[in-house]
Amino acid sequence: MDKKLEPIVKIIQEKFGAGLEEFRDEVHLSVKAGQIVEALTIMRDEFHFELLSALTAVDYWPQANPRFHVIYQLTSLEKNLSAQIRVSLNGSSPKVGTVAGVYASANWRERELLDMFGIEIEGHPDPRRILMPEDHEGHPLRKDYPLGYEEPQFTFNFDEIDLRKPYAKE
Amino acid sequence: MAQIEEVSLDKFKHLVSERALTGETMLLNMGPQHPSTHGVLRLLLELDGEVIVNCIPDIGFLHTGVEKNMEAKTYQKAEVMTDRLDYMNTMGNNLAYVMAVEKLVDLDVPARAQALRVILTELQRIASHLVWLGTSGLDLAAMSMFLYCFREREQILDILELVSGQRMMTTYFRPGGVWRDVPVEFEKAVRDFIKIFPKRIDEYETLLTKNPLFIDRMVDIGYLSKETALSYGVTGPTLRASGVDWDLRKARPYCGYEQYDFHVPVLAEGDTYARYLVRIEELRESLKIVEQALNKLPLGPVRSDNRKFVPPPRSEIGVSMEALIHHFKLWTEGFPAPKASIYSAVESPRGELGLFIEGDGGPKPLRMHLRTPSFDNLGVLPEIVKGHLVADLDAILASIDIVLGDIDR
Repeated sequence: MDKKLEPIVKIIQEKFGAGLEEFRDEVHLSVKAGQIVEALTIMRDEFHFELLSALTAVDYWPQANPRFHVIYQLTSLEKNLSAQIRVSLNGSSPKVGTVAGVYASANWRERELLDMFGIEIEGHPDPRRILMPEDHEGHPLRKDYPLGYEEPQFTFNFDEIDLRKPYAKE
Repeated sequence: MAQIEEVSLDKFKHLVSERALTGETMLLNMGPQHPSTHGVLRLLLELDGEVIVNCIPDIGFLHTGVEKNMEAKTYQKAEVMTDRLDYMNTMGNNLAYVMAVEKLVDLDVPARAQALRVILTELQRIASHLVWLGTSGLDLAAMSMFLYCFREREQILDILELVSGQRMMTTYFRPGGVWRDVPVEFEKAVRDFIKIFPKRIDEYETLLTKNPLFIDRMVDIGYLSKETALSYGVTGPTLRASGVDWDLRKARPYCGYEQYDFHVPVLAEGDTYARYLVRIEELRESLKIVEQALNKLPLGPVRSDNRKFVPPPRSEIGVSMEALIHHFKLWTEGFPAPKASIYSAVESPRGELGLFIEGDGGPKPLRMHLRTPSFDNLGVLPEIVKGHLVADLDAILASIDIVLGDIDR
């Protein structure tokens, strides 16, 4: 761990009872879902993590509790540091508070979580799907969502396959 | 025949102003088939006369499920998907991917491969900036720029074809090194390019930089403040034109960037013209890096000889039993990566291109997330176009240099 990161990690651990993991010089802190807004606010305001580099999730299906980890990858330009904060969510009703008020970039990234993982974002200013069509069913990046394929149509069976082919709804 | 459905405002109520609901302002659909949106991007504009009140980007038309597909492939095979993301920066995507995998499995790369990676990614950066310069010139009615820029870009793509066999879908960098050593013609081809290109940049600048028509369309258009840029996660030249000195090649050198002498252009103005000047300067800096790296290109192997991750050369397979076993294991099963996660980022022509990989102990990733710079850079567009004319939208959109393949993944 970077020397400059040690005091920051210590404060976050004490304040939130955060778990700590290290791998290849990376620091992964885990906090509870309810604490994330406060934790990110502190990271941004007190420790100068100005940039939310990435916001994504991991699905551990078939494991049900916790099923998801939401990952907030932070970068400090001023101190040239990186840190990752994780939140674990259960599979039955995954929800986490929005951090769009802390980092504006989280707005679109959280819409992506909603779209791709079906994680409910509480208090999100614009909770619509972002990449998939709005009438799409299911959440593609969940592990129980099949990779999918399209039946190839040839001249002799074009109409037959056309009947059962799931087109986007008009 | 499909029924034409009237667009309902209900979905966008919270995004448009009150006046749109009463019909005082007009909603105009721009794209997805529009030449100046640089791909399949749809923008819903709320207009008061010709002034933009609100802009609502609609993305996802090019979504191909790259992340899901990568999760179903082994680490070696997933690399081809990265070419198809940001198709202007294939070498850069390959680099981001192989560096992430190398970090996950802890694999060393020989010095010659590192230097080749630097040369090719910088050439690719130049090619990408040339497409940006050509198309943004085209958007502002400088038709000839497009033709000149594509002439030089073609020369770079020829070099990429020389080394990898493909102009665009290169997959040349592999975990542990590069695919194979460069051919003997490589050095001359790059030297030829280094020789002519500075003059060509001067030519572009004579056409645009002090052109009054061009300046009128660019200066004080689309102002982006430092704070807004950071909050929206904007990176790359767009961020540096807003006065933030942040370039991963300098801040966290990888592939031996610390050996090369180059500077990172930073401007404080934050408008469209500053973004133009930063990228033009980056063309010169990238060329400097290419020249230095080529001058001290070390000799030696181009692939690691760690056979647990890197397949043996063909010549070994005929004489060594171990080589045959490794070859077989690697191409049928793949190599396992630890049950842990890493985040690794490189500076792409558009900004921070990061990969988040979580392994599950097996040969396929559990989760592969691509932090693509265009996605966040586009997110700031609604903020910076407000109050400008529709005609300025072209210039602003061109200046943040998005690639839709990079956004939609």
